[in-house]
Formats: sequence, C-alpha cells, structure tokens
Amino acid sequence: MIEVDIRIARPGFTLEAAFSAPPAGITALFGRSGAGKTTIIQAVAGVVRPVRGRIVVDGTAYFDADRHIDLPVERRRVGYVFQDARLFPHMSVERNLRYGERRARVAPFIGFDPVVDLLGLRALLGRRPHTLSGGERQRVAIGRALLAQPRLLLMDEPLAALDEARKLDILPYIERLRDVMGVPVLYVSHSIDEVLRLSDRVVALAAGRVVAAGPVAEVMSRPDILPVVGRFDLGTILESVVVAHDAAYGLSTLGFPGGELRVPLVDVPVGAPTRARVRSRDVALALQRPEGVSVTNRLPAVVSGIRAMEGAYVDVEVAIGPSALHAMVTRESLDRLALRPGMPVWALVKTVAVDSRGASLSPPDDPGLIAQG
Amino acid sequence: MLTPEEWTAVALSLRVAFWATFWSLPAALAVALVLARTSFPGKGLLDGLVYLPLVLPKVVVGYLLLVMLGARGLIGQYLDAWFGIRLIFTTAGATVAAAVVSFPLTVNAIRLALEAVDRGLETAARTLGAGRLDVFLTITLPLMLPGILSGALLAIASALGEFGATITFVSNVEGQTRTIPLAIYSATHMPDGDAMALRLTVVSIVLAFGALLLANLADRRIRRLVGRA
Repeated sequence: MIEVDIRIARPGFTLEAAFSAPPAGITALFGRSGAGKTTIIQAVAGVVRPVRGRIVVDGTAYFDADRHIDLPVERRRVGYVFQDARLFPHMSVERNLRYGERRARVAPFIGFDPVVDLLGLRALLGRRPHTLSGGERQRVAIGRALLAQPRLLLMDEPLAALDEARKLDILPYIERLRDVMGVPVLYVSHSIDEVLRLSDRVVALAAGRVVAAGPVAEVMSRPDILPVVGRFDLGTILESVVVAHDAAYGLSTLGFPGGELRVPLVDVPVGAPTRARVRSRDVALALQRPEGVSVTNRLPAVVSGIRAMEGAYVDVEVAIGPSALHAMVTRESLDRLALRPGMPVWALVKTVAVDSRGASLSPPDDPGLIAQG
Repeated sequence: MLTPEEWTAVALSLRVAFWATFWSLPAALAVALVLARTSFPGKGLLDGLVYLPLVLPKVVVGYLLLVMLGARGLIGQYLDAWFGIRLIFTTAGATVAAAVVSFPLTVNAIRLALEAVDRGLETAARTLGAGRLDVFLTITLPLMLPGILSGALLAIASALGEFGATITFVSNVEGQTRTIPLAIYSATHMPDGDAMALRLTVVSIVLAFGALLLANLADRRIRRLVGRA
C-alpha cells in the first residue's frame, strides 16, 4: 500500500495532496502540466521535501513530518524513470543497468537476464548511451530502475520525449513490466490515452489538488474532472470486451454491461478487454429512436442525472443497463426536450467518434513482443 | 644543444611545475567543491581570497609569501623551528610560489567543470541506492575529468611561466629556484647571454606546445570515456 498525504509549498505553487495506491498495478497521476504530478513523485523519491504530512510505502515511513522521519533518497528503494532517461554517459548500457543492481540493499528478486529479455536490451549491452535512440534510452532507464530491486517504480512521463511511433514501441514493454514484475508503479502522465491503456487506478490532479481518485473507468468518466481534462475531453470510459471484428467494414463490436458499441477496428483479438472512450460532446440524445441517420450506435437509455456546467452546457448522465454514459448538450436542448431524470431517451454515438485504441488491460501473451524494437 | 646550466633550469622548471600542480590540484578540487556546491556566510570572502593571487601583481604575491613564509615570517619561523622546513632560496619555496599563483586558475577550471555536471544524473544515482560520497566518486568525479585535466594543464602552464612571485619570494638561485623564466631573465643581464635566452625561449615554446598537444589528446580520450564525444 502506498499512502501519500503531503503539503508542499513553493513560491507561487502549493500542493496539497492525499491519496493511496494499491501495492500492485499501475496508478496513474494524471493532470495537466503544472498540476503537481511530478512534484508528488519527487516527494515520494525524497528529492523534494514536503513541509508537512507523511509518505508510507508498504508500512515503511519514507517521510513523516510529525515523527521527524525523512528517509534519504538512496534508502527508499524507489526505481525512478525520468522523462529524460538520465543514463550515465560515461558507462556502457550494461554498467548503467548494473549500477543500481550492485547497490541493492535487499536480496535480488528481479534478475538481470529477465529484465534484459523483457525490455529487449540484449543487443544494447555493450553500447554507450549517446549511441542509443530515445526509445532505447528509455528502455535502458526502465531496466536500470527495475534492477535496483525497487519496492515501487516511479515513472515520470517516460514517453513524453518520444515521438508517436517510439511511444507505441515502448508501451508494450511497460505493459509487460506491469504484468510480469509485480512492482507497483506510480505513473505520471498528461495523456488520456496512456492512462487508459496502462493504468488500473488514477489520481486526477489539478492545480496541486486531488480532484478524483479511484479505478480508471470510474474516475475518467466523472464530469467533475473537468478542470483536469478540459471541456472537450470529458467523456465516459466503458470497460468492454471485443465481441466481433468486421474486417470488411473495418469495424469492431464492443460489448459493455448493458449494450454494444460499433467502433473503428480495434487492434486486439476477440474476447480481449478493451476500454472504449466516448467523449461527452460526441453523444447526442433523442426522444425517439431516430431513423434515416448515419449514426450507427443508437442505445436505449434512461436519464439518470443532470448537472449544470459553466456557460451553455449541461452534462446529462444516462443509464444504459448498469452502465452510465455522459452526454454534453446545451441548456437550450435540455429545455427543448424537457429532459429530466427517469425519462427514456436514445443515446446516439457516432462510430467514428469512439476512441478505443488506447486500450489493452492485460495484453495477450505474445512472446513476439519481446523481439520488437 | 643546451649547456648544463640550461638543462638544470629546464629540469628544475619541470620539477617545480609537476609538484606545484600535484599539491594544488586536490586543494583546488576541495575549494571548487565548496564554492560550487555549498553556501555559507562568508563564502564571498573565501571566493575573493581564492581569486586574489590572480588579480594581485605577482611581485605582491611573492612579497606576501615572504612576509608569511620567510625564515622570520609569521608562519615561516614555526615551519623552520618545528619541522625544519626552509622555503627561502629553495626549490620547495619555488614550488609554493608556483602553486599559489596557479591556484585560482585551477579552482576556476574545476569549478566550471563541476557546475557543468548534470545534477539530474546525481539524483538518478541516488535513487539507484548510491550515497552522497558514492555518487561523487562514481558520477560527479568521472564527469568532471575533462575539467580537472584542463585545470591541471593551466596549473602546469602557469607554473612553468611563473616569474614575479618566485623571484620576489625565493630569489634567483641556480639549481634551486632558477626556473626557465628566471634563467632567461638572468641571461638577458649577461653580456653574451642572448644565445642562452634564445635557446631557453625555444625550450619554453616546445614545452608549452607539447603540453597543449598532450592535453588535447588526453581531453579527447577522456571525453570519449565520459560519453561526450
């Protein structure tokens, strides 16, 4: 269990954050730049000292202002993967990897060879950091952090410095690490896609405060994370399963509790869990089942909640079976349709608007992944 | 090629330059660390003190050394009484003069190198379980090597060329304190010293050039070693 309850004061910025994370899986710290994500993991690592509060990992107090505990960085056993890799330029890849391994204060439970194989580093061992590509550097940095036998892995936007293609290269490695290594991860990201694809839980931050925390689909579907994602990216995450692929049309059908969605082809096999993201602004509501429209997904629903937002907009939550879907409509439409809780409606979702590429909960066991890269 | 007297001056210069650098380098490293990495009241004073020999006339530096370290100097009398160390008219004294004059240059070179080391790498090393001393020895120091090397080269070059402080502090004694610059100075005062002055000038140029080439070579190797090439 990772428990954080800290206050950090800097000129012009105060962070006041409390959350806990389970001792396994990936917990994303999600928010815009300046929200305080990096500051939090710096405090967990011991690089930044809070003015008050406590940080406890697996029962070990890293920091406790009241008890005057402030464990030095090198004794916290956190593997820190920095945005800029920070490989030691005067050492080979292998010596970089061994640096933390040699200094580990516990009997090794993460071996050199498994890490090298997991991250595809075998061919790079003799190379020097400046000869590596950005993606290779980041993989070495992840391996180096793992080999220090960490109790907890801190990843600070490890993909932010990479282009899209490199990101897609690295993501499977992080997924495998999550599934194989059994080290809990705090993963800092400002990318919804990354959070949806990798993490189990999320702590949403804005302006140094925790806005919401919990399971990814639940938190990322809440309309009150508006300050975190902005109005255009508010939406609903539906934990779903691939029901069928339609290669001829390039579409997939996803099943979620209460209904099905036709979406652009998803790159995972039938039966695989997938997170579908439907932006609230892409959902329309109708009183009757509309005919003669191009919209494929017409889902019978019941209005379950109405929540005024700033300006012209209203968030309407509708229930589709046990699932909830959010629609952003104007106040004018709300009045025109006289929407109120309990009313049956049709929720309309354009297939092309559904974003389900960032979704791979537990990736299929594909040994080919190791050979990539 | 060279007369025995000239060989003596050359050998003495090299000895003085080597030992002056050898002793001042660790001290310069320590002072550079303090100046670059710590802050305390009175740091400005230390900073000024370190750079003083650079801006003072060298003759003044030599005179101050004489006052402090001379046979009856503030410190010198105890050096003699307690340890039997005499600096006046000795090679040891010439070495001290060269070391003091080159010190600010060495400190500056090392300090710049230290400030250029990415502190993020040090943080990374600490998260990997390395304590502060460990980090310094395995990360900071290796990455500073080019700077330490250029500091050492500056120290050697300035020691080889030291004149004012040396002649004021330890005078111009053949075989003891008469380094190449002092020998050239002496030669120009002799009626037929032109040839000697010229030969020693050539030696000076060769030494300086050799040192530069050597440093260049070493610098490139070290840079490759620390991954900057």
